Amino acid sequence: MAEADYAIELRDISKSFGSVAANKNINLNLKKGEILALLGENGSGKTTLMNMLSGIYTPDSGSIFIDGEEVVISSPDDAGKHGIGMVHQHFKLVERFTAADNIWIGKKDSGFFLKKNRYKEIEDIASRFGFDIEPAKKVANMSVSEKQTLEIVKVLCYGAKVIILDEPTAVLTIQETQKLFDVCRRMKESGHSIIIITHKLNEVMEISDRVAVLRKGEYVGTVETSATNEMELTELMVGRKVDLKINRSVMEKTKPLLEVRDLCVNSDEGSLAVDNMSFYIRGGEILGVAGIAGSGQKELCEAVVGLRKAKSGKIIHKGQNVIGKNPKEISALGIAMSFIPEDRLGMGLAPSLSVADNIILKDYSDTKGPLVDRKRARKEASDIVKMLDIVTPSVDTPVRRLSGGNVQKVLLGREIKSDPNVLITAYPVRGLDINSSYMIYDILNEQKQKGVGVLFIGEDLDVMIALCDKIMVMCHGKLQGVVHASKTSKEELGLMMTGAISLADVGGKKAGIAKDSAFTEEEWEEAADLGDIREGDS
Amino acid sequence: MLDVITLFLFNIVIYSIPLLYATCGEIMVEKSGSLNLGVEGTMAIGAVFGFLAGCKADSLLVGVLVSFVVSAVVGSIFSLFTITLQANQNVTGLTITTIGVAVYFFVGNALGANWPYLRDCVRLNKSFSQIELPGLSRIPVIGKAFFSHNILVYAAVVIAILIWVYFEKTSTGLKLRAIGENPGAADSLGIDIVRYKYLHIMFGSGIMGIGGLYMGLNMGGTFEGSNCWINGYGWIAIALVIFANWSTTHAIIGTFVFGFFNTLRVYNMPLATAFPNSLGWLSKIPAQFFSALPFIVTLLVLIISSIRSKKTGGSNSPTAIGVNYYREDR
Repeated sequence: MAEADYAIELRDISKSFGSVAANKNINLNLKKGEILALLGENGSGKTTLMNMLSGIYTPDSGSIFIDGEEVVISSPDDAGKHGIGMVHQHFKLVERFTAADNIWIGKKDSGFFLKKNRYKEIEDIASRFGFDIEPAKKVANMSVSEKQTLEIVKVLCYGAKVIILDEPTAVLTIQETQKLFDVCRRMKESGHSIIIITHKLNEVMEISDRVAVLRKGEYVGTVETSATNEMELTELMVGRKVDLKINRSVMEKTKPLLEVRDLCVNSDEGSLAVDNMSFYIRGGEILGVAGIAGSGQKELCEAVVGLRKAKSGKIIHKGQNVIGKNPKEISALGIAMSFIPEDRLGMGLAPSLSVADNIILKDYSDTKGPLVDRKRARKEASDIVKMLDIVTPSVDTPVRRLSGGNVQKVLLGREIKSDPNVLITAYPVRGLDINSSYMIYDILNEQKQKGVGVLFIGEDLDVMIALCDKIMVMCHGKLQGVVHASKTSKEELGLMMTGAISLADVGGKKAGIAKDSAFTEEEWEEAADLGDIREGDS
Repeated sequence: MLDVITLFLFNIVIYSIPLLYATCGEIMVEKSGSLNLGVEGTMAIGAVFGFLAGCKADSLLVGVLVSFVVSAVVGSIFSLFTITLQANQNVTGLTITTIGVAVYFFVGNALGANWPYLRDCVRLNKSFSQIELPGLSRIPVIGKAFFSHNILVYAAVVIAILIWVYFEKTSTGLKLRAIGENPGAADSLGIDIVRYKYLHIMFGSGIMGIGGLYMGLNMGGTFEGSNCWINGYGWIAIALVIFANWSTTHAIIGTFVFGFFNTLRVYNMPLATAFPNSLGWLSKIPAQFFSALPFIVTLLVLIISSIRSKKTGGSNSPTAIGVNYYREDR
C-alpha cells in the first residue's frame, strides 16, 4: 500500500508526564475512509495519544505523517488546519451559548460584527452534512446526545477529514448509540476517516474496520475486526485471558433491609426529579436501577443517604425510621453510598488529598484525642490498595493523580471498608475498562454474598441483566416497574426506560411494595413523613 | 428648592462616573475569565501618573492617554503573572492593589512641594469643564443635572455602551465570552487564548485607570498624604460588577445607585435645609454614617445579588472566572 493511502501515520510517538510515560514509541496508522477502533484499558494512553493528534499535547519525540507528509501539530489550530477534529469525552462546548454560536466562535472569516443570519447559515452547513440541529437552542438545554451531535457537526464544519471520537458512547443510551453509529457510517461513506475510542467490545465489533490496541502506554498491534473476536481483543488489551462471565450467585434472601415508600425528591432546579417511588432492597440481593441518564437516579441516591432533603415519602431501614437523620447518622446505620458522577471526581473524594486521607474521610473522628490517626489511615489505605489492586505510587499520592479506574476503586473501597449492610453504588464502572469493571462486579458480588443489600445504578443493560437479581426501571423519576433479571430482556428494559411500557401497577399490585415489610400497613401510615419533618425544622 | 434637586442629581452623576469606568474595565477583565482584585491599585497608578502627565503637558488628552497606558501596563503585569506564569489570580490582584496604592503615596510624597496645582493648568481645566449638550441641557431640572457635564462623563457612558455592543454584537466579543465561559472549548477551536486575555485585561485595566484620573481631577488634584484619591472605589467596583450582572449597560444604573449614596454624604445638609419637613431628619444622622454608607450598600448589594441569582437559577458570572487555563492540565 502506498504511503499516501494513510490518512494518518504515527511513528515512534512518546510522551511522558513527569516521570510517568503515558505513551512509549507508538506506531499507528489510519487508512483513508476507515473506522479504526482504539482499544485499551484505563491509563493505557489512548486519550493522551489522541490529544497529541488534536494539538492539546505535543509529543516528546516521534513524528506524525498526514497524507504521507510529515507535520508538526503544536496547537489545536494546527490540528484543524491539517483536517483533524476531535470530539472530546468531556464536551468542549460553551453551555451558555446557542448551538450556532458554539460553531461560530471557531469560524475564521466570521467578520467583525455578528451576522444576524448566522443561525440560518450554521443550520444550512449542518444540513449539508446531513444533520438536523436547532441552531438557536442553548447547549445548557441539550441532552447529552444532542451535545455530541453538535460536537460532530462542529468538527465537520471546520473541514475535518479525520474525526476522533473519545469514548463517545459512554454517556449514550442504546438507541442513541445506534444513531451515532449511523452517523459514523455516513461520514465514512463521504470519505472521512474515523478513530473511535471505546471500552465496549461489542461496539468495537459492530462499528470498526480495524482495531488498534494499546496496553500500558505501548502499542500492541492492529487487527482486522472481521478476523478477530471479543475474547482475542480482551487478551490483547489486558495481556492475559480474562473470564468475561459474571456469576450471579443465588443467596438466601432476608427480610427487606431498606424500604422506601412514595418518595418524592426535587432536583436542583426545583422540578420533581423522583416522583412517588416505592422500592425495597433485601439483604443478599443486588437491585439494579435502570434508566436514561438524568431520570432521577442521582436525586434518589442522595435522598436515601440524607444528602438531599426529600419532599415527601418514607424510608425505613431494618424496621427503623431513618427520617430526619443526618448523613452521618444514616451512614452509622450501615447505609453506604459510592456515587461516580460524570466527571468521576466530583462526589465523595477530595481530589487533592492523598489516598490515605480520603480513605479515613468518613471516620477520622472516631479516634481518641484531637489528632488524626495517620498510622491507622495508612494501614487501612494500603489494605484497600492491596485488596482492590489499586495502581498508585503510594498511599500518600493525591487522588487526582490516579487514573479514573483507580479513583473509583478508592471510593468503592472506602465504602466497603465501613462494613455496610446497604451499599448504594451508582455508575461504579463508568468509563472503566473491562478488567477493572469485572473486578468491581466481583466486589459487588462478594458484598452480596456477605448479606449486603446492594442498590446498583448502572448503564450497561447487558451487565445489569447478568449481575442483578432484580432490576427496577425509572423514567422521568417515576417507577416503571421491578422485574426479575432472569426473566427480562434488554428490549423490555429499553422500552420501560423510555416510558413506552409500565409495569408499575399490574393487576392492582403496586410494584416496589414488600409483602413481608418490617412495618405493618398501620405502622407505615403512622410513620413520620419526610415532608412533615422538613416543614417542622425549617 | 429645585436647584437643590438639580445639584443633587448633578453630583450623583459626578460621583458615579469613576465607578462606571472601573466597573466597565473590570467587566471586560472578568469576561475574559480573570478575576482582577487589583482595581484599586490599577486606578491609583493610572490616577497619579495620568494627573502628573496631564498637568505637565497641560492637556486632558495627554492625561487620559497616559493613565490608560500606565494602567494597561499594570494589567499586563497581572496578565504576565496569571496567564504566562499561572500564578493565583486573587493573590496577584491583591498585590497589585497594595503596590498601586503604595506607588500613589510614594510618588506624591517624593514630589512633595513640587506637586503641580491643577488651577495652574489652564488648558487642562478648560477641557475638563462642563459641556452643555445643545437642546437637552435646557430641559428643566434634569437638563442641568444630566446634560451639562465634562467630557469624561459623556465618554464613560459611551464606553459602557460600546463595550456592551462589543460583547453582544461582534464576533470577537463572542469569542472573548467563550474564553471566559470555557477556555478549553475556545482553545480547541484555535482561538488564541493568551493573546485575547492579555489584550482584554490590558484594555480593561486601562479603562480603570481613566476612572482613577477622573477621581483625581474631581478632587481638585491635591495630593493628600493620608488618603488615596481612589478611597475604596476600586473595591466597590468589584462588587458592582456582580450587581450589574456582568453587563456594562446595567452598570450605568448600578453605579448611579452608588452615586446616590455618595452624594447623600455631601448633600444631606442642603437637602435637610431645602425640605425641612420631609427630609429634616437627614441632618440628625452623624456624618460618619454617610461616609460608611457606600460600603454598607455594597454589602447589601452583594446579598441582594446572590439571592437574585439563586432565584433566577444562576448569575451571568463567566463560568471559568478565576481559574487559570493550562492546556496540558490533566
